[in-house]
Amino acid sequence: MNTAYAVTIIFIAGAVTFAVRYFPFALFSQLKDKMPPSVVYLGNILPQASIAILLVYCLKGLNFSAASSYLPQAISLAAVFALHIFKRNFILSIAAGTVIYMILVQFVFI
Amino acid sequence: MKKDLKTALKITIPILFGYIFVGIAFGLLLCQAGYNFLWAMLISCVVYSGSLQFILIPFLTNPISILTVIVASIAVSSRHMFYGISFIERFNKMGAKKWYMIFSLTDETYSILCSQKNKSEVYNNDRTFFLMSFLNQMYWIIGSVIGSLIGDVIPFNTKGIDFALTALFAVILAELIMASKKITASAVGIACSIICLYLFGADNFLLPSFISSAAVLIIFKNYIAQGEERKA
Repeated sequence: MNTAYAVTIIFIAGAVTFAVRYFPFALFSQLKDKMPPSVVYLGNILPQASIAILLVYCLKGLNFSAASSYLPQAISLAAVFALHIFKRNFILSIAAGTVIYMILVQFVFI
Repeated sequence: MKKDLKTALKITIPILFGYIFVGIAFGLLLCQAGYNFLWAMLISCVVYSGSLQFILIPFLTNPISILTVIVASIAVSSRHMFYGISFIERFNKMGAKKWYMIFSLTDETYSILCSQKNKSEVYNNDRTFFLMSFLNQMYWIIGSVIGSLIGDVIPFNTKGIDFALTALFAVILAELIMASKKITASAVGIACSIICLYLFGADNFLLPSFISSAAVLIIFKNYIAQGEERKA
């Protein structure tokens, strides 16, 4: 183990990550009081699009040629959405969906 | 203070589950690569990016050039530059806390902060807002330390527990859709990411998905914004 090398790349990875997250602030914070309307618009509308993308990202491993590699996700997600629409309780929806998924992958679709 | 902490805890419970277990997976892999819990703690404090930390593990065992580390970090983290856009004015009002809010803007923290956009009593409370981000990182650090210490002796089968994060994104998406009563942006995000998944493959489609979605949303701004402005 090369300690100096390890510490160096850890701090580089951290610095790059911070720089990327800071980027929009560097770009737009200097504009006094008024932000361009298109940035305000993007700021309002992007969360929905971004989270939809992240959801697709979580499901990228789906394989429709084998029931065991799409049905557990499909069933659990349907349960999450249904529970959330009817009960609107974050913790309940997420916990129930996760437990259903764990049961499906551990006992049903092995 | 106590009330703010309680609120933040309650809101971040889903992340607690997700981060503890994904953190454990990271700590376990790091430990197997020959790096103990102090390293897990250091990396989770300094880097604090789930996907990048996993990619860092092989770099630690087979040293490569610094330039490759920089390029890989940019490639993996670049989507995060889209997150700040939604919080520029909000974070700028937070004084010194702003820097931590930017530093800690992971996928999960971003989504949980977005989920509070329509709840003004949380959204406008600097302390609760900060505590949500801070607690998330604590869960992540604790998970990675647990993983590097006892990851391989967890007494029950955790297979599938990472679905908690998938469920988290699903629930937050449902919330955002119910709050705005519009699905245009989600439809754009889903369509662009599926197209990009086919074009670029599972390992490289994330950034193109963000860029193309933002482009589509900007190009059709006049059409999409009509409904949004009426709401605001």
